[in-house]
Amino acid sequence: MKIILKIVFILIPIMLQSQTTIKGMAMIKNSQGKTEGLPGATIYWLDTEIGTTTNDKGWFTLKYKPEYTKLVFSFVGYKTDTITINELKEIHHFMIEENGLDEIVIQAEKESTSVSYLQSANIVTINEGELLKAACCNLSESFETNPSIDVNFSDALTGTKQIRMLGLTSPYILIAQENIPSVRGASQAYGLTFTPGTWIESIQITKGAGSVVNGYESIAGQINTELRKPLNDDKLFVNAYGSLDGRLELNTHFSQKVSNKWNTSLFVHGNLRDKKMDVNDDNFLDSPLANQINVMNRWQYTDAVNGFVSFINFRYLKDDKQTGEIDFNPDTHKLTTIKYGSEINTERFDASAKLGYVFPETPYNSMGFQVAYSQHQQDSYFGLNQYDINHKSVYSNLLFNSILGSTLHKYKTGISFTHDSYDEYVNTTDFGRTENSVGGFFEYSYDNLDDFSLIAGLRLDFHNLLGTFVTPRLHIRYAPWEKGVLRASVGRGKRSANIFAENQQLFGSSRVMSILNSNGKIYGLNPEIAWNYGVSFLQGFNLLDKKGTITVDYYSTQFQNQVVVDVDESPQEALFYNLDGNSHANNLQIEFNYELATHLNLRLAYKYYDVKTDYLKGSLESPLQAKNRFFANIGYETQLNAKGGNWRFDYTFNWIGQQRLPYTASNPVQYQLAENSPSYSLMNAQIAKVFTPNFEVYVGGENLANYRQENPILASDNPFGAYFDSSIIYAPISRGMYYAGLRYTLN
Amino acid sequence: MKKTILILIAIVAISVSAEAQSKTSKVTFEVDGVCEMCKERIEKAATLTKGVKFATWNIQKKELYCIYNNKKTTLTKIKQAIADVGHDTKEIKATDEVYNGIDECCKYRTLETH
Repeated sequence: MKIILKIVFILIPIMLQSQTTIKGMAMIKNSQGKTEGLPGATIYWLDTEIGTTTNDKGWFTLKYKPEYTKLVFSFVGYKTDTITINELKEIHHFMIEENGLDEIVIQAEKESTSVSYLQSANIVTINEGELLKAACCNLSESFETNPSIDVNFSDALTGTKQIRMLGLTSPYILIAQENIPSVRGASQAYGLTFTPGTWIESIQITKGAGSVVNGYESIAGQINTELRKPLNDDKLFVNAYGSLDGRLELNTHFSQKVSNKWNTSLFVHGNLRDKKMDVNDDNFLDSPLANQINVMNRWQYTDAVNGFVSFINFRYLKDDKQTGEIDFNPDTHKLTTIKYGSEINTERFDASAKLGYVFPETPYNSMGFQVAYSQHQQDSYFGLNQYDINHKSVYSNLLFNSILGSTLHKYKTGISFTHDSYDEYVNTTDFGRTENSVGGFFEYSYDNLDDFSLIAGLRLDFHNLLGTFVTPRLHIRYAPWEKGVLRASVGRGKRSANIFAENQQLFGSSRVMSILNSNGKIYGLNPEIAWNYGVSFLQGFNLLDKKGTITVDYYSTQFQNQVVVDVDESPQEALFYNLDGNSHANNLQIEFNYELATHLNLRLAYKYYDVKTDYLKGSLESPLQAKNRFFANIGYETQLNAKGGNWRFDYTFNWIGQQRLPYTASNPVQYQLAENSPSYSLMNAQIAKVFTPNFEVYVGGENLANYRQENPILASDNPFGAYFDSSIIYAPISRGMYYAGLRYTLN
Repeated sequence: MKKTILILIAIVAISVSAEAQSKTSKVTFEVDGVCEMCKERIEKAATLTKGVKFATWNIQKKELYCIYNNKKTTLTKIKQAIADVGHDTKEIKATDEVYNGIDECCKYRTLETH
């Protein structure tokens, strides 16, 4: 199916009266950019004598038999195309000029990343094509070719990649799986690594306020992941991956039609890293030893006639990591000062169900119900610091969609309920708590089907710890001229900070953690409240007959209250306290996308961050946040051959400017760091050879220029001393990493 | 809290019951066209007609399913709006001038005589 989409640029389904002929049209774009028929083109079935030429309008009729599947279009001066015909439909095929400077823009080529001209919110969609560029391996690594999300390294112990949006860390992003908030609470630190990349069908990134439908927690934006659906998934899919630094991953998906209305899928993921590596000779593992088993079973019920669709999911995950000194042996060294080591063991179970109903006579009326349960257990220790958390969560949302007068005015309304209970122990201190909330929301949207649309949402929530509060959010889209779209958004977000779960990297240091407030209801602290304002301008253009876009985004997040994580007061302390003063995150992003030649795409982005918080010491830039970043990506694909195979090349360049490092000047000289990190650049590349649509292999490399941080672990020679710190990471710890893998699909 | 839920239920109930009132007409009629671009054009023209609540065009059947308020508009007005953007119905045909302006791949009349 994917292949048809790629080869047949426009496919128009029309029922034909006669079942023995196929009709169609060969089309071109003329110099004014208008479509017109191409007269005199030759059309024939591959490997047969049956052919014809198009008439003066570009139309043709040709004998059809089900065994004919490859239809060839050819014309002097144009590229010869072979397209696959699986069913008898009318064919509208665009022909492309050969070598001509003014090559025709391929009309409906499926873009792997797309920005919508029509949606009110600033949403970037990442499709499967883009996800393939990041061959490995999970959701946290799926953003490396996308400039809206910055991927950072969180700590030298676990090597877990953390993401940032608009200069804010992932707790400020609402991360949902099929619109059910998923990476939150206890799973905040490692949750993104618990969704294997091959499970993902697409990712939607909303910058700024977002919708009120999925809750009040989002501040910087929302990331929603859609998983593969049992109804249209392949029967069997296998992906195997291995890297030279000892990481092995295996993904297997099975899909099965159970009855007319039921389909099911089973996803099985396993990964393993059992090779000890210490390239920088600091006596600490560069990456943790790890193994994970992750199994999901999905059921989909579809009854299109009566308007019902339903999904039921079960997921079990077990993830074990061990890090620390090379010679650390958990059996004998655990919680002793003989060797420094750490184990992080996670077990998680998820169950969720969704039911959607569309009123068959009035399809603009629909209802949806979601319910999800999860249980997340993490048992861990970092040297002598012990951290255990058990988080049980229930989420439920009932949603009704309808219109006010006409489909130009739509609304969504509903109620939601969440329950979170935490059993949390930091060493022997009990931080257990229960959070309950119930809320109602109403979201109105208007679209004049032309140049203006808006979404205005409001929700009212009653929360046992956050109180009763209102969350307003507004998105406006205006298209002043062709291909130009101006968007603006404003919205409020509120959340309870899970200070330990979100800042686990600090356990890998000798810092003493203290909470300076005691009047609040969550760890003695107050809820975090912020307003986010954003404007964005998108302009599409055609230069030398090639498509391109320029986007300029400016977002500002202003905190009314924030739980400040202060690592600057002293290198031996980590302080948590309520914001007293000002804290903001401003972000400017300029992005340029252009098709340099057919199948050769360029993406450039420059990002500026101004993230400042009033600490006890005064106003400082947020630590480990680059002020300036530059991003470039080039992708190239060769023309598909008759078997549907080709080559794909992808190259990504990142330049990361200076980052302010936490204060270390009071340490002995050998344990002091510079005020700022040096700027550096990273390069990733991947080559994929597609043999047939069902089989491909790929090789690639990350950090090709071998840039790595000198001494990522402070005082690695004395891990139980007062100066040990593995949390100050601004660059890769390991040198370049090379990998290879394969993908096999059985339709 | 209870009040909020009651208000929400009331909103839902009102909008559902509004459908049941007799001033709402549901009709299906033939509109000529070929492709996704036609679909967008036809649906937009119908939806922007005052009094039309909902319009969806089926590519295979070439039928428009339309729900409208019969106190605010008539079937003729809807068909005229569709003809004004270039698409024929049995009763009202688009003028040649409008028809010639639509994109080449949408030219359904050529298909008929072909």
